[in-house]
Amino acid sequence: MSKEISRRTFLKGGIASACTLAISGTPAAAEKKPDIQLLTLIDISKCIGCEACVDACREVNAEKFPDPKKPFPKMFPKRVPVADWSDKQNVSDRLTPYNWLFIQNASVEIDGEEIDLTIPRRCMHCVNPPCVKLCPFGSARQLENGISIIKSDICLGGSKCKAVCPWHIPERQTGVGIYLDILPSLAGNGVMYKCDRCYNKIAKGELPACIEECPENVQTIGPRDEIIKQAQNLAKETKGYIYGEKENGGTNTIYISPVPFDKLNNAIEKGNGKPHLKPVKDTMENANNLAAAMFIAPFAGVAAAAGKYYQIVKTGEKNDEGGPSNESE
Amino acid sequence: MNQNKLISYSYIFTFFMMTISGFGQMPIFKRYYMADIPGLEWLAKYYITHYLHYLFAIMFLSLISYISMEYFLTKREKLIITTSGYVGSLLLSTLSLTGILLVIRNFSGHLFSSSFIVYLDLIHLGAVILILMTGLFCMVFNKKWLEKP
Ligand code: HEM
Ligand code: SF4
Ligand code: SF4
Ligand code: SF4
Repeated sequence: MSKEISRRTFLKGGIASACTLAISGTPAAAEKKPDIQLLTLIDISKCIGCEACVDACREVNAEKFPDPKKPFPKMFPKRVPVADWSDKQNVSDRLTPYNWLFIQNASVEIDGEEIDLTIPRRCMHCVNPPCVKLCPFGSARQLENGISIIKSDICLGGSKCKAVCPWHIPERQTGVGIYLDILPSLAGNGVMYKCDRCYNKIAKGELPACIEECPENVQTIGPRDEIIKQAQNLAKETKGYIYGEKENGGTNTIYISPVPFDKLNNAIEKGNGKPHLKPVKDTMENANNLAAAMFIAPFAGVAAAAGKYYQIVKTGEKNDEGGPSNESE
Repeated sequence: MNQNKLISYSYIFTFFMMTISGFGQMPIFKRYYMADIPGLEWLAKYYITHYLHYLFAIMFLSLISYISMEYFLTKREKLIITTSGYVGSLLLSTLSLTGILLVIRNFSGHLFSSSFIVYLDLIHLGAVILILMTGLFCMVFNKKWLEKP
């Protein structure tokens, strides 16, 4: 019903890239309805590795990048690592606090022919993101449209989000953030940075910068269920392989590749700031499976106490002393 | 061991494990060498402390509901709750309630507003610190939570 209006609101922001969107799949439409997460489809076979997206991301998000003051406060104990990218802001071949998207290269064989694939890599925006859920201070958060962001004004830089992220995406910059105002030598170590899906542009009905600037329309963004269908169709048509739909219990980024992902994973360079493409099982699942027992626990406790009371009453009656007097109130 | 002793030892052990695994949710054990101690490496493994925190929360919630219900049914006449007892129970309830809400938060979906989650975290942590302080106070000044009337 509001298709036309929301489409127009969106078009105001990004006419040039409108073709990358499913007709009703505007970010603006999804914004209005809670629980509709935005999903991006990345068609690896279309990417030419021009890095226009990488440049666009850096340009548009420059205002969000850290501006640390030096010298950094001394941290205790001495072994606490200092992460300083402020002198290496131009590094673009991995994730850094100043580079939230990079292009990963893979040399693979298709039908006996050696080809080079280029893969844009950034935060996957998990459906149930451990970086957000396990942040002890609520500094990492998930928006209603599924985008996960790290609030740089309240992040302490403890790097837990990076540790619990199956791809270790967030990157730390020391010497910025709220820890400087608390106990800089004893707690905290800067701020964590990662792709925020250009949430502020999306809120205005615009497209993320990397999608807007891509000359090959590699990425398609829209409501999760629609884009999943589109991805599955594309995979069927092109006999392609899917990554991200099921990883970590489902992410809001789906890659379609002409070669299996284990081959891609073997072909890419991996390491710090260079995420893998391995299968990932749901990281939140084990603990969440305990939750049912947790909700029953209080009732079990109450029942056990009531059972004990019943025993006392019964023994009391048997001994003919009368039950405990506290039942008469 | 009689039943009351068993309950109070389980309670102390559970509370200890809740505190350790709870503080393990924050990135401190690695920084401050605790996880370097052989046998304690797991303190810095977030998924392990997270799982343990949940596991002991089940024990903890069963125990405190058992103890409160048992008091209500069998000891109410003989023992009254002191001021320390009321303060302690209030703090334990706050801790459990915020803990349970955090567990609900951890399910998939945008369930609570982001600022509410910040408050939950802070109140949960604040309640832990206040309980530890209250406990210490009661131990030092020999304040009992229950007393003969
Ligand atoms: C009913 C019982 C409790 C439940 C269900 C519970 C649950 C939780 C949850 C879900 C978190 C957030 C961390 C995360 O999401 O991974 C948390 C954090 C924490 N819990 Fe508990 N908790 C309970 C009781 C306790 C107790 C008894 C203590 C200690 C005495 C404790 C200490 C902590 C601490 C220190 C944190 C980290 C600080 C923070 O996130 O604010 N919790 N707890
Ligand atoms: S702009 Fe498009 S084609 Fe160029 S590297 Fe990025 S995703 Fe690939
Ligand atoms: S990929 Fe990592 S950083 Fe991104 S949402 Fe998932 S857990 Fe968080
Ligand atoms: S969505 Fe925005 S922040 Fe994320 S990689 Fe693209 S341009 Fe960068």
